[in-house]
Amino acid sequence: MNTVLEAKHINKYFKKPVLFHVLKDINFKIDKGEFTSIMGKSGCGKSTLLYILSTMDTDYEGELYLDNKLITGDSKDKLSYIRNKNIGFVFQFHYLLAEFSVLENVMLPAKKLGEKSFQEIEHNAMHKLKILNIDYLAKKKASQISGGEKQRVAIARALINNPSIIMGDEPTGNLDSHNSDNVFNIFKQLSHEQNLSFLIVTHDEDFAKRTDRIITMEDGRIIS
Amino acid sequence: MVNWKVLLNIAKKHLLTKFKQTAVAALGVTFGITSYITLASFMTGLNNVLDDLILNQTPHIHIYNEIEPSKQQPISLYDDFKNSFNVVHSIKPKLNQKKIHNALPIIKYLNDNKDVKGAISQIKTNIFYISGSIELVGNLTGINPIEEARLFNFKDYVIEGSPKDLKNTENSIIIGSGVAKKMSLSIGERVQISTVNGTVFPLKIVGIYQSGVSDIDAIQSFTNIKTVQTILGEAKNYITDINVKLYDIDRALPLAKKIEQQFNLNAVDINTANAQFETGSSIRNLITYVVSFTLLVVAGFGIYNILNMLIYEKMNDIAILKAIGFSGKDVQIIFMSEALIIGIVGGVLGLLFGLLFTNIINTIPYETEGLPRIKTYPIDFNLWYYVIGLTFAIISTCFAGFLPSQKAKKIDPVKIIRGQ
Repeated sequence: MNTVLEAKHINKYFKKPVLFHVLKDINFKIDKGEFTSIMGKSGCGKSTLLYILSTMDTDYEGELYLDNKLITGDSKDKLSYIRNKNIGFVFQFHYLLAEFSVLENVMLPAKKLGEKSFQEIEHNAMHKLKILNIDYLAKKKASQISGGEKQRVAIARALINNPSIIMGDEPTGNLDSHNSDNVFNIFKQLSHEQNLSFLIVTHDEDFAKRTDRIITMEDGRIIS
Repeated sequence: MVNWKVLLNIAKKHLLTKFKQTAVAALGVTFGITSYITLASFMTGLNNVLDDLILNQTPHIHIYNEIEPSKQQPISLYDDFKNSFNVVHSIKPKLNQKKIHNALPIIKYLNDNKDVKGAISQIKTNIFYISGSIELVGNLTGINPIEEARLFNFKDYVIEGSPKDLKNTENSIIIGSGVAKKMSLSIGERVQISTVNGTVFPLKIVGIYQSGVSDIDAIQSFTNIKTVQTILGEAKNYITDINVKLYDIDRALPLAKKIEQQFNLNAVDINTANAQFETGSSIRNLITYVVSFTLLVVAGFGIYNILNMLIYEKMNDIAILKAIGFSGKDVQIIFMSEALIIGIVGGVLGLLFGLLFTNIINTIPYETEGLPRIKTYPIDFNLWYYVIGLTFAIISTCFAGFLPSQKAKKIDPVKIIRGQ
């Protein structure tokens, strides 16, 4: 099977205010096209795990493989490049750059990657917006659209560089049930049609039940 | 692999959306640079005028014969008293000729030296101006008017008439403004002068001279070398002083020493004669730079403040940029380029305003008797002030931008995103 992401013996400690063992020997794999959710109570370490997997947090023990390559211990610049190219992000809050238009927000990671011409990037960005049925918003400013729309723009931005995996930290946590359904359906569709892997941290049990696989965490360990 | 276009585009967006703060920060720099340009140009202009007042008409090297006692009294040449202790009372100065021996060959020799811009001869003599029964003491200097105008800006100090008239008119004189005022004389009239020997000579006034130093103007007059030689009854090779102008003023001291040795004459260089002027100029320059530097430091703090505020406001943006693959260095470049854009725009505006203000000051009338050739406030237009001003603007904004951008570089995106 094609493994996209693999974690081996991940341990993490918080040193302040007192030494605290947050993650205890985490091992798991995510295959290509797999739609995985992580569930657990607040404080069980699921978000902490996600930020380690996302390469933004480098202060941990253990080994992390992306597309079967070891990325633990890479330089910060290298990790930035990996995030840019291989990982897409969707957060609970929408985190668009308010001064830029929707289209510019979506194009930004591709421009940073700099592998394609401006015209290609613009074309791709419009295509992603069309998949998510929000192409009519392209010219609007990011600060002028609704919450549900913002989350879909954020998903389009996560998709722009055709990453290996998309990670989400409660991407539906801030949305009503209608928009929440909407986002779930988009994920599901992308997972099936484009064989994309998803790793979503969520509190929402309905959301989690509909995914391919649920990882449940408790007190820093994976229990199922 | 820094993608400048993308980063600069983000910097531009930040600055334009916060246009008011950006403008205030840039205006701080503009204010500093404008003051620097105006101050430096004005102060240096004024300095130059003050220096010119004395230095311009002073030769770089002045060669003459000093009247002094012989260093070796006759008794020391007499062998019989060689081993005894001699006391000589009432030593008189040696009767020496005032004239410089072989003056014309010396001038020719000096003019052949490649450091020398020109060496010209003068004859200095004491005279009396005669007005009825009143005799006024004065100095008459025989000059070559055209050369004097070329090398020592003589023309600037002739406030009526011109050096050319002196050259072209037989038995003519340019008298000091103080003399003219005391004796109620004006151009075209005649003045009687008498030599120390009592010979009286009528001369036609073709110009009025004003140096700005009233003690000099009350006694000094000028005429042709030939006229003085006639008045004194001396030959054509009678010359008492040689004035030398150099291309580089710093060569004055060594050359003066060399002339003294070679020709057995007195030679005084300009720095020895006018040491106090150097000190005055350098202190005024120092003040200019201290004031400008202070203004720019204040402007730098303005930029520092605004960038700091911007970074607090953009904390979320910085986190998201890092999350989608911008490195810490990229983020630092964004904020550094914002500081630099503020510095360059503010600096260039400052240069333009500086140019404008100095031009305005340059047209404000300023007339004073002490400085006859000054009609408006003096300004020194010098490209270097503009180069220094812009460089300083860029360097100070670099410093001001560095700390905030360093902070932005180190922001941990996880903390920001999870902290919501």
